[in-house]
Amino acid sequence: MTLDFSVVANAWPALLSGVMGTMLLAASGMALAMIIGVLGVAILRAQMRIPSFLVTAFVEIIRNTPFLVQIYFIFFALPLAGIRLNPTITAILALGLNGGAYAIEIIRGGVESISKGQTEAGLALGLHRGEVFRLIVLKPALKAIYPSLSSQFILLTLTTAICTSISAYELTSVGQRIEAETFRSFEVYFTLTMIYLVISLITMWVLAAIGKRAFNYPDR
Amino acid sequence: MEQSQQGGARMIEMRKVEKWYGAFHALKSVDLTVRQGERIVLCGPSGSGKSTLIRCINHLETIQDGEIVVSGHRLNDSQKAVDAVRREVGMVFQQFNLFPHKTVLENCILAPMRVRKLSRADAEATARRYLDRVRIGNQAEKYPAQLSGGQQQRVAIARALCMEPKAMLFDEPTSALDPEMVKEVLDTMIGLARDGMTMICVTHEMGFARQVADRVIFMADGEIVEENDPDTFFRNPQHERSRAFLGEILAHH
Repeated sequence: MTLDFSVVANAWPALLSGVMGTMLLAASGMALAMIIGVLGVAILRAQMRIPSFLVTAFVEIIRNTPFLVQIYFIFFALPLAGIRLNPTITAILALGLNGGAYAIEIIRGGVESISKGQTEAGLALGLHRGEVFRLIVLKPALKAIYPSLSSQFILLTLTTAICTSISAYELTSVGQRIEAETFRSFEVYFTLTMIYLVISLITMWVLAAIGKRAFNYPDR
Repeated sequence: MEQSQQGGARMIEMRKVEKWYGAFHALKSVDLTVRQGERIVLCGPSGSGKSTLIRCINHLETIQDGEIVVSGHRLNDSQKAVDAVRREVGMVFQQFNLFPHKTVLENCILAPMRVRKLSRADAEATARRYLDRVRIGNQAEKYPAQLSGGQQQRVAIARALCMEPKAMLFDEPTSALDPEMVKEVLDTMIGLARDGMTMICVTHEMGFARQVADRVIFMADGEIVEENDPDTFFRNPQHERSRAFLGEILAHH
């Protein structure tokens, strides 16, 4: 068997746009997951029974079912409710909800690691519970769990590949198309593997840079 | 009783206050009146309820029975009364509890801007004034982790003062400090006392009590056991438990 990477090389414009698609899904998914994570923890902290129960139920459902099933569910269930979204938006929604459930768990751990004295100091100064969470507890909590959150977001970046199942436009779907046209399976998937590796490393580096900027105060 | 007939207006009043943690009776029918400008030192063995008592005054703890009135606001479950009391009563904690992600100056202007709605310029001017007063004005741009324990506690005092409180609560403010830093914090508190601040201090610093307290209150097992001027309290403690406690404390100093 002779290897022929020229077919892959010739398809570079398609691969590049696939990379863009993957990065769009990953970045939007992370942003949505982050919002869901912080809001979810804020709701849990408010200690109202029904909203807390809903958040907990959401987290448990997402964490105990496969992502592939979740994305199919959203893709086929929403139209039944009269909501039509294109595959890219659906994929971002699925990634955000899935990542958000894990983010809630991680951020909650961070919030619990912040001493009660911080909250009491805020309350004693006359701030309300919401302000205490937003202005005092949140940032140190995020700093404490930022490494775990980053690994979760790398995982989310790799999970974008599953979005090919609802034909969202991203790197894996582009690869599958090239494979179907050229029958060069090994070359295509070897190339995808390398590209995903590079995407992960870049994501890791970007997340570390963001963390360094956002949490640049000394701890001890 | 006679004592509460003299002096300024009533600042803090606790009547028949009862507090439980589950089955544990933390405060047993506590009565306490603090008048404007009074300086009270609260002492007693650990677990006697002294921290619990002052934490009830700004509603960090809720009570099960009795009544607390602070500066005319009756503390019940209404958030409005709680807000009013917390605006007027400052608190200093054993563990300082400065906000680690904010600079010294930011620590001091947060609540004045959000709670008292001061402009940033006004809040900063006030903050710098109080930071100078606790002799830490030159550290305003640093983060808490870059300061020593004594400096952090002085910032915490300044932060509370920036709300221009009518009374200050101190919850063992020197207990977490290395010995060489205790004095700088006590000196700051003595200065405050001299300027007429109404203060309730939970502390084991008996020198401080002697020097500034109008009254020393001794608690044991959730009750106020003895209440006297410092001279009487130290020379001639009335209650057996206060005598035992003073014996312990003085043996260690």
